[in-house]
Amino acid sequence: MTTKDPVLQVKGLKVSFFTDDGEVPAVDDIDFYVKEGEVLGIVGESGCGKSVTSLSVMGLIPSPPGKITGGEIKLNGEELTTASEKRMRKIRGNDVAMIFQEPMTSLNPLFTIGSQLMDATLIHKKGDKKQAKKRAIEMLKLVGLGRAEELMNEYPHQLSGGMRQRVMIAMAMVCDPKLLIADEPTTALDVTIQAQILKLMKRLNEELNTAIMLITHDLGVVAETCERVVVMYAGKVVENGLAVDIFKDPQHPYTRGLIQSVPDMRYKKQRLYSIPGNVPRPGSIKKGCRFAARCEFAFERCLQEDPPLYKTAEGHSTRCFLFDDTKEDTLHDKDTTIATS
Amino acid sequence: MLQYIMRRLLQLIPVLLGMTFVVFLIIRAIPGDPAVVILGQQATEEAVAALRETLGLNNPWYVQYFEYLKNLFTGDLGQSIRTRTPVNEEIWPYLAATFELSMFAIIIAVFIGVNAGIISAWFQNSWFDYTAMILALVGVSIPIFWLGLMMQYQFSLQWDWFPTTGREDVRNPVNAITNLYIFDTIIQGRFDQTLDVLRHLAMPGIALATIPMAIIARMTRSSMLEVMKSDYIRTARAKGEKMFWVVYRHSLKNAVIPVLTVIGLQTGLLLGGAILTETIFGLPGIGRYIYEAISSRDYPVIQSGILVVAFIFVMINLIVDILYSIIDPRIRYS
Repeated sequence: MTTKDPVLQVKGLKVSFFTDDGEVPAVDDIDFYVKEGEVLGIVGESGCGKSVTSLSVMGLIPSPPGKITGGEIKLNGEELTTASEKRMRKIRGNDVAMIFQEPMTSLNPLFTIGSQLMDATLIHKKGDKKQAKKRAIEMLKLVGLGRAEELMNEYPHQLSGGMRQRVMIAMAMVCDPKLLIADEPTTALDVTIQAQILKLMKRLNEELNTAIMLITHDLGVVAETCERVVVMYAGKVVENGLAVDIFKDPQHPYTRGLIQSVPDMRYKKQRLYSIPGNVPRPGSIKKGCRFAARCEFAFERCLQEDPPLYKTAEGHSTRCFLFDDTKEDTLHDKDTTIATS
Repeated sequence: MLQYIMRRLLQLIPVLLGMTFVVFLIIRAIPGDPAVVILGQQATEEAVAALRETLGLNNPWYVQYFEYLKNLFTGDLGQSIRTRTPVNEEIWPYLAATFELSMFAIIIAVFIGVNAGIISAWFQNSWFDYTAMILALVGVSIPIFWLGLMMQYQFSLQWDWFPTTGREDVRNPVNAITNLYIFDTIIQGRFDQTLDVLRHLAMPGIALATIPMAIIARMTRSSMLEVMKSDYIRTARAKGEKMFWVVYRHSLKNAVIPVLTVIGLQTGLLLGGAILTETIFGLPGIGRYIYEAISSRDYPVIQSGILVVAFIFVMINLIVDILYSIIDPRIRYS
């Protein structure tokens, strides 16, 4: 494997929401990176901080009440957490683009597809409307939408969900970004359409060499598209590694639980596994491993100390005391001093 | 689009018929003999009989109604009992005065109200937001006659900035063509008079604008707040769009529909005659025209006045509906 420079490097990122009840940490000290041209999957249940992470990269955390309280986000070596709003505007849509979960509501109902597709070009690239239009039509064709010229004058409500998500992807790719963040891009779509959209994203990734950060709760989606996976739980990275390794040898009890709860058609009679309990409310666990309360392997230490990330194999690390005999993964988690608050 | 407008126009027919019927009933619903009511208790029997004949009260009601409709179609609104002139000749100057005043007021109200609402939503919970919303609350609560009198006291009597009453300088009267004085003075090239007319409009216009302005500002703010939370606004921001355009282009277009409804209703109310404002500032508007007709039991005028005001209201609603469909393609195609 060639060593490619990371397009995106996130280190020790902390994001909190400041509410009337005080500070609520949504993302707590997470590290990950996305290399040029790769597809990284970020997996976790709702409320684990996936979307907050992606919005932080875009600089779109709703603020107030949200705020990045620590860590760094480096895009091609440029620090984003301290970048001005003006600079962030230049980056958004140009260097990093994003597509969202709900294609039904993510397009403005009152503007034509064409006008919405031309926006990014007109904002970021020099050139007139004619060129922007040409580019927009080109993009519509690229994402596999026929009759592109007609679509330019149509409105979102005239399109199906799958078509709208294709338009969203075309819109995101208009300025040829280096990184595409896809926040649950297939969750709201029919299964058949899901597969098409994933295939399209994979194709764009290969043809245009755009790195993709794919956020999902669906392990099936990860298996199909991602090279590497970061599993998040309650604002922390609990396991990361190559997708093949994680599916073959899931280490963190949470990851195991996630994989077991995917329905398997081979065993019809079996009751579907589900992880007991719920995701804890952000900020509610002050001490110990955040998964301890739901973990069948939890022992005394899990309730007292916050486990660090242990490097369990080459390029595979897990935040669990079950792997205490292995070396701590200093590469991913520099600050392993145990928080005792 | 054209099809939509045609459909809306067709839907107007029953509305207008219903409206004329209700107005037609007004004069017939008077207890006792309308002719006696109109002429007074001292009227001679011959006079009452003659009036009954001219009003057509001896015919069955449906004949009367069709007669009434026929007259309306030929532009005949009846004759004023008080002045003995046809209402359709008499009513226009009053209507023009009200039209000019209302347009002046509504332009101020929309311009300030919409922008205040937008900025309040954009900078929610800022000092601007708080100040604007408190002022808006004061604006909707303030009694307009009190505000008018206070303005006259301060700006006319104390500071002498604006004339207290009237539409024009009586020593330098406007040569009326359409009776819309701003228009008339401009086409005649009398810009000194245009300025004078504007100075006369300023205080009643602002007094009249306060309530709609406050309502529009509050409506715009809440509608904008709603829209700015939506997914497509996040999409617009994710494209790297400037906040100004996110607010004024992507958000405003979506937020404006409920605001338009309010603007339409408020315009209708203003055009229906702002009796208080017109009375305080001595303006000969439709509100005062109808009011005076009521005090002197001038039924044909009351009837026609109400009909005209109702007609204007319906037309404004039609315009608002058409504007909706221009803004929102989903309304156009459904």
